[in-house]
Amino acid sequence: MAEPVVSLRALSRRFHGPESPPVLDRIELDIAAGEFVALLGRSGSGKTTLLRTLAGLDLVTEGKAILPSRSAVVFQEPRLLPWKPVWQNVALGLRGSAARTRERALNALGEVELTHRAEAWPLTLSGGEAQRAGLARALVREPELLLLDEPFASLDALTRLRMQSLVSELWAAHRPAVLLVTHDVEEALLLASRVLVLANGRFIDDVAVPLPRPRRRSAPGFDALRLRLLAALGVDEDGHDAAAKAA
Amino acid sequence: MSGQAIAVPVAPPRVSRPRSTWKLSGARRLLVPILLVALWQGAADAGFVSTRLLAPPNAIAVAAWELIVSGELPYHLLVSLQRVAIGLAIALSAGVSLGLIAGLSKLGEDAVDATLQMLRALPFLALVPLFILWLGIGEATKIALVALGATFPIYLTLFGGIRGVDPKLIEAGRIFGLDRWGLIRHVVLPGALPQALVGLRYALGTAWLSLVVGEQINATAGIGFLVMDAREFLRIDIILVGLLVYALLGLGADQLVRMLERRALAWRPSLIQEG
Repeated sequence: MAEPVVSLRALSRRFHGPESPPVLDRIELDIAAGEFVALLGRSGSGKTTLLRTLAGLDLVTEGKAILPSRSAVVFQEPRLLPWKPVWQNVALGLRGSAARTRERALNALGEVELTHRAEAWPLTLSGGEAQRAGLARALVREPELLLLDEPFASLDALTRLRMQSLVSELWAAHRPAVLLVTHDVEEALLLASRVLVLANGRFIDDVAVPLPRPRRRSAPGFDALRLRLLAALGVDEDGHDAAAKAA
Repeated sequence: MSGQAIAVPVAPPRVSRPRSTWKLSGARRLLVPILLVALWQGAADAGFVSTRLLAPPNAIAVAAWELIVSGELPYHLLVSLQRVAIGLAIALSAGVSLGLIAGLSKLGEDAVDATLQMLRALPFLALVPLFILWLGIGEATKIALVALGATFPIYLTLFGGIRGVDPKLIEAGRIFGLDRWGLIRHVVLPGALPQALVGLRYALGTAWLSLVVGEQINATAGIGFLVMDAREFLRIDIILVGLLVYALLGLGADQLVRMLERRALAWRPSLIQEG
């Protein structure tokens, strides 16, 4: 295997001093170039903390991390600057001449089918449009690592389906390494080549998803994987809390 | 939207209104003031109100016309406007500099904020005697009063606006490669602008107030002088013209800032803007 894009070794993170319980507990993680990894976990399992570390937002204090020089994030809420038109949001922080950055921004907007909204103010966008603008802003940087922090969570079901296939297509076209943080087991199985399950700051499962693309929920093997991941998350098929039932 | 709002138990939802109703509602809002003026005129004509104590509207109009034709009103107006302009320019430079210093760094906040909050607690008009002793009774005192009064709202709103910028946007800016200066320019300052413009409007209000007080201190020109001078000669009509001019100036300044807001804050959805 080629040099991994991300390499974490014994990475721990605590919020309240060296004696406090770790939020991330001696994490080991390699993500290969072009690999699509989904990260599942319940609220409070440390997903967001791990993503922030990979984005370079939090400094590494315990353990080692090798991170790519170019990474980009799509957040759960779009986080567009409301006082800049969409294309300027996409071009934010890009270096180079004004004409060139504008052209790059418009190209990226074209890839997410948002060219017609390039001059619009962000607060006039629909939820799906805003997330596509966020996606364009990440893509325009040609990241080696694309971090998606529950980017579809606040979208309606139909928009979410369209966004998922858009992300899938863009990944196939550009092949960045992707880490998708999500609650949604089916979403993870529809998109990722590998699914990690995080609980109490440790990976408790690491599942390869060998299903052919484009993925279908009806594909053989899909349901077995879904049940396995749900079990790892501590939820049974009907959505009951497995631990609570056992008790 | 209906004429019988009293009969309707629940107000209809205020959606953004089309232009034509806007104009109509503008005319409707003028109706009551016009009626009041007519009533005032009628009462004066019928002899219910002593014209020596309260000049009727037509007398005020005549006085205003005479003052304009003689060049007195334009002259005094210019003097007053100049005082406000210089005072505001000082207030803007001071308020913006201090707001930036306190807003952009913790060190700056510790150095500036406590002092300014203490000064603010002091009603600035109480400083008039001190200013007169320090600066004399000339222009300097009047301008200093305007400048002092207008500095605080500019400082406070800019400081508050800078500190109120969504930290998530700042974080996003950092991720997408903005350095400190880039963050200030693209994220912090535009984010603080709506608040700062509200501050500017307050500042204009205080500036007029300070001007009125300042111009009553031994002025030899300005709208305030015109009013004080008219008092000596019991010219109620001229006093009322002066008050009218103050009111119009205040209104005009407010409109100016609103226009500025419409241009600078075009990104806000129209509902927020018209609300």
